[in-house]
Amino acid sequence: MKIFNRNNFCWLGLIAFSFILLSVLINIGVIDTFYEMTLVSIGINIILGVGLNLILGVSGQFSLGHAGFMAIGAYSMGISYLKYPTMAGFALGIVIGLILSGIVALLVGIPTLRLKGDYLAIATLGVAEIIRVLIINMKITNGAAGLSGVPLFDAIPMWQLVFIFVVITTVIILNYVKSSDGRATLSIREDEIAAESMGINTTKYKVLAFVIGAMTASIAGALYASYYGTIVPTNFNFMKSVDILIIVVFGGIGSFTGTFLAAVVLGILNTVLQDIGDLRMVVYSLALIIIMIFKPSGLLGTKEFTFSALFHKKNRLSKKKGDPADGSIKH
Amino acid sequence: MSSIFQQLINGISLGSIYALIALGYTMVYGIIKLINFAHGDIYMIGAFLGYYFINTLHLSLIPALLLSMVISALLGVVTEFLAYRPLRNSTRIAVLITAIGVSFLLENLMIYFFGSNVRAFPQAIEKKVYTLGSVQISNIQLVIIFITLFLMICLQFIVQKTKMGKAMRAVSVDTDAARLMGINVDLTISFTFAIGSALAAAGGVLIGLYYNSINPLMGVVPGLKAFIAAVLGGIGLIPGAVLGGFAIGILETIVSALGFSVFKDAFVYAILIIILLIKPSGLLGKNVKEKV
Repeated sequence: MKIFNRNNFCWLGLIAFSFILLSVLINIGVIDTFYEMTLVSIGINIILGVGLNLILGVSGQFSLGHAGFMAIGAYSMGISYLKYPTMAGFALGIVIGLILSGIVALLVGIPTLRLKGDYLAIATLGVAEIIRVLIINMKITNGAAGLSGVPLFDAIPMWQLVFIFVVITTVIILNYVKSSDGRATLSIREDEIAAESMGINTTKYKVLAFVIGAMTASIAGALYASYYGTIVPTNFNFMKSVDILIIVVFGGIGSFTGTFLAAVVLGILNTVLQDIGDLRMVVYSLALIIIMIFKPSGLLGTKEFTFSALFHKKNRLSKKKGDPADGSIKH
Repeated sequence: MSSIFQQLINGISLGSIYALIALGYTMVYGIIKLINFAHGDIYMIGAFLGYYFINTLHLSLIPALLLSMVISALLGVVTEFLAYRPLRNSTRIAVLITAIGVSFLLENLMIYFFGSNVRAFPQAIEKKVYTLGSVQISNIQLVIIFITLFLMICLQFIVQKTKMGKAMRAVSVDTDAARLMGINVDLTISFTFAIGSALAAAGGVLIGLYYNSINPLMGVVPGLKAFIAAVLGGIGLIPGAVLGGFAIGILETIVSALGFSVFKDAFVYAILIIILLIKPSGLLGKNVKEKV
C-alpha cells in the first residue's frame, strides 16, 4: 500500500484543519487561557486513553495500572527538566520516561500477562501502587510533597506541543493496530485459545501492547508535569487509572474514534460542571454502571470513523443511483 | 521476645478485620467469579452506619453492630440486583468495570452527602488495657478477636449445615447443574451477597472502634488488601480467606514494627504479585487444569 493515498491525505488535511482551527480560535480569543487549560488536559487524556485502549480494547487485557506509568513519565520529566531547564532537558525527560516505563512494563508484563482477566487487573493495580509508594519514599522524587516549579515548555505554546504528541502517539498506535502484529494482538482479544492454536505467541503480543500502552502513558505524564509544574504522588493514584478507564469505556472499548470523542466531551463536561465537583463523580460512576449494563462495549462499540469507509459509502450510493439493479454488488 | 508477641496480637486484631472482608470477597468470587470491587465500600458504609447508630441514636455496641450488618446486607443485595444481575451473561471485564463503577458510586455518594472529612468514631466501650508481663492487650482488641471468631463460626455453620449453605456450595461448583437440580440460583447469589456484606459491615464497625476514625475513602485500601488476603489463601475458599486475612494482618504489622511502615502497602501488593506468579490458586487451593 502506498503511503501517499487519498485516505492519508484526508487525515493529514483533517489534522491540519483542526490545528489551524484551534490556532484561529485561540488568536481571536474564543479559547482564552482558561479554556486552553481544558484543551491541554483533553490532549493529555487522549494520549492516555489511546494507550489504554490499545491494552484494553485491542489486546483485551484489563490493566488498572495506567496511572503508575504516567507517574514514571511525569517524574522523569520533572527531575530532568528541573535539573536542566533547556530543550535538551525536556527531551531527556521524555526519553528517560519512555525507557523507564518501557522497562518496568516489560518486567511486569512478562510474568503478569500470563494471568487471566481479573487477576491481571489486580496485579497491574498493585504495580501502580508499588510505583507510587516507591516515589513517596525516594529522595530524588521529594517524597509525598512532590516536585514543584517544573518549568513550562516555552519554545512553542503548550497546546501545540500536546497536539503534536497526540498526533504522533495516535499515528503510531493506529499503525500498530493495522499491522500484522496488530492483527495478531486483536486475535487474542477475540479468542485467546484459538489465537494460540493458530501459532500466535500470545504472551509476546500481549506484552508488546502493554509496553506500547505504558510508554504512551509516560509521554502523557511528561507533558502533564511540564504543563502543571507541580506533581505529587497522589495525582497518580488508583482514581487516576479509573479516570482513564472511564474515558475508554465511554467511548467504546476498542474504538479509537470513541476515545477521542469521550476525551473531548468529558473534558468539556469537567470544565462546565466544575462547580458541582462531588456530584460530577456521582454522575460519572452512575453513567459507568448504566453503560456497562445496556451497552457493555461502550457507546461506540468498536466502530471507527475512517475516510475509506466514507468514500466507500459514497461510491456505493452513487452506484446505486446509476444502476438500481446492481445494488448488491460485492466488494 | 515479648515484642514479637505484642506484634502478633496487634497483627491478629488487624488480620481479623481483613479476614472478615476477605470472606465476602471469596464467597462472591466463588459463586459468580466476580471481584466485587465495591466490597470495600460496603465495609465503609458499615462503619458509617455504626457511627450513626452509636453517635446519634446512642445504641450500645452489639445492637449497633447487628443493625449495621442487617442494613449493609440489604445494600449488598440491592447492588447485586441492580448492577450485577443484568450482567450475568456479559464478559468478565464488563462486570469488573461495573463493580468499579459501583465502588465509585458509593464513595462519591457518601462524599456528596456527608463530606470527605475524617470523623471520630465514638467510643462505644471504654478502652482498658490489660498487661500480661510486657505484652499489652486492650479490651477492644479482645472484642474484635472474639466477635470475628464468633462470626466465623456462624458462617461455618451456615455454609456447612443449612440448606442455603448447601445451595451456595452447589452453585459455586457448577451453576448450571445446580439450576437443573432445582436450586434457585439467583436467590442463592443474593444470599451470598447478603452474608458477605454483613461480615464486611461488622469489620467496618470494629475497625472504627479500633482506629477511632472513619472517612468515605477508608474502604479502598483495606478492600484491596482483603482481596489480596483472599487470593493468598486461595480465592473461593472460606478457610483460605481466614488464613489469608490473618497472614496479611500479621505480616503488615511485622513490616511496620521492623521500621518499614511506609512500605507496608507496597509489601502487601508485592505478596500478591508473588503469589500470583508462584501459586495462583493460593496457599490452600488445588491446581485445576483449564479445559479447552
